[in-house]
Amino acid sequence: MAMTMTQKILAAHAGLSHVEAGQLIKARLDLVLANDITGPVAINEFYKAGFETVDKNARITLVMDHFAPNKDIKSAESCKKCRSFAKRFDLEHFYDVGEMGIEHALIPEKGLIAPGETAIGADSHTCTYGALGAFSTGVGSTDMAAAMATGEGWFKVPSAIKVNLRGEMGKYVSGKDVILHLIGMIGVDGALYKSLEFSGEGLKNLTMSDRLTISNMAIEAGAKNGIFPVDEITIEYMKDRCNRKWQAFSADSDASYDRVIDIDLASVPCTVSYPHLPENTHPASEGGDIEIDQVVIGSCTNGNIEDMAAAAEILKGRRIKKGLRAIVIPATPKIYMECIDRGYTKIFMEAGCIVSTPTCGPCLGGHMGILASGERCVSTTNRNFVGRMGHTESEVYLASPAVAAASAITGHISHPKEVEII
Amino acid sequence: MKAQGNAIKYGNNVDTDVIIPARYLATQDVKELASHCMEDLDKSFVSRVKDGDIMVAGQNFGCGSSREHAPIAIKASGISCVIAKSFARIFYRNSINIGLAILECDEAAENINEGDEVSVDFDTGVIENLTKGESYKAAPFPEFIKNMIDKGGLMNSIKEGR
Ligand code: SF4
Repeated sequence: MAMTMTQKILAAHAGLSHVEAGQLIKARLDLVLANDITGPVAINEFYKAGFETVDKNARITLVMDHFAPNKDIKSAESCKKCRSFAKRFDLEHFYDVGEMGIEHALIPEKGLIAPGETAIGADSHTCTYGALGAFSTGVGSTDMAAAMATGEGWFKVPSAIKVNLRGEMGKYVSGKDVILHLIGMIGVDGALYKSLEFSGEGLKNLTMSDRLTISNMAIEAGAKNGIFPVDEITIEYMKDRCNRKWQAFSADSDASYDRVIDIDLASVPCTVSYPHLPENTHPASEGGDIEIDQVVIGSCTNGNIEDMAAAAEILKGRRIKKGLRAIVIPATPKIYMECIDRGYTKIFMEAGCIVSTPTCGPCLGGHMGILASGERCVSTTNRNFVGRMGHTESEVYLASPAVAAASAITGHISHPKEVEII
Repeated sequence: MKAQGNAIKYGNNVDTDVIIPARYLATQDVKELASHCMEDLDKSFVSRVKDGDIMVAGQNFGCGSSREHAPIAIKASGISCVIAKSFARIFYRNSINIGLAILECDEAAENINEGDEVSVDFDTGVIENLTKGESYKAAPFPEFIKNMIDKGGLMNSIKEGR
């Protein structure tokens, strides 16, 4: 029986020649991840169950990114718990303030995940690494605790939706617009329990940064994972990052899919998701009436150097609207340094933005840019649920870095071409 | 195993951010989590929920973040079972892993009204609406998952497996 790409990776890690959709399996894990919110819960479970050792065949990774640098005493205690766990079990991959970046940007950057590998993370956006052709999915803290002890996880083998991409994106359009557009088409539960498998000749026009953003938001369509085939762009990205031997898997040509969706990349507009669901998409060019108070550029979705470049290109030599706050957050220390080297930090600050150290911060309403009642924010993050970034009567509009930067200049939701003349 | 209580009903796409807002995630104290359960969707939930009550919702319940604090808060608030048309997948597995009973049943989610008295038999998957005198049938759990629930969740089941 033919298998999808995801099914092939799962079969190989379960030691089976074949798996099919719906089958429950145990699979070996290459990466097991948690952060400063989910890690402490996992650690409590681990101790409660009486485990004394961790299985180091999986790369156990803890990243202190959500409420760090610690925003209050409780979050300081949470990080302390992770720190002492990492020390006790001598974990190589523990990332604390100074080394830490937002987990889903840090892990690919450091080569901690490679094509054909499996990853679970006690964080829903663990699906990001599908961009590299890996199987990766979000789980909860108890799964994480079990995986730290055994190096394995249980899975129901997913069926898949195939997303065929063709053509080339227009000016100012990026991976963020593609994934928002797709979520707008199929809805926030459009891929529930399933894999999104991207394919088609349009893939060659998507950079790794675009792909990471697209896979990152697969969860926002309810998907278990969102995966890309391994091609030249993947191979180039993995060079110098990872010296493990990795294996590329590809879907059988006769694999069966629940549904096939065709997207012509040229037809994807700059897209904005209005409150309070990512599926509530509108073209950015129609948002002129919506005045905003804050802009956030960063997060695991859009905190890469390419995202910073897109924002810098628009903000260069311009000023953000008076009275508006703009917060730029490069996702990792390396990206932060690169922003300095390339002069982006200066561009951002001269435009009136602040540039923060890497943190999740405002993305989940943690710190560094919480909204008051009635305030609106255009954000390059991934969720716009009620209260996500602060008060339950505040509003989050999801967009690309280019749209967010343009909106910061005009003070309302804007297509980037609107600022070309300013 | 059975559960019985009054229904507390919500709509589609109830996300984990409203079940337990991120501003409370710095704690792992279950009582404290429970005291903020559903706060951003329904401020009155905490004061009106009684032990054994059953939460009923539409599609994609528990979508959003992987925070296990969400099923933990619901369980600690006294809810004995969540019935929905469908669950977001991470919420689904977290609930099983921590032992919060959840059932998918379109008919029950459609017909049970706020306040109805409901009883659930987990062995048969039969849901009875005592107020309306109706009964609905949920799909039973697959064997693998039933075993895990019988052993008291994921951690116990892997310990036994060693
Ligand atoms: S940046 Fe936002 S979505 Fe990404 S890991 Fe952090 S809190 Fe989660």
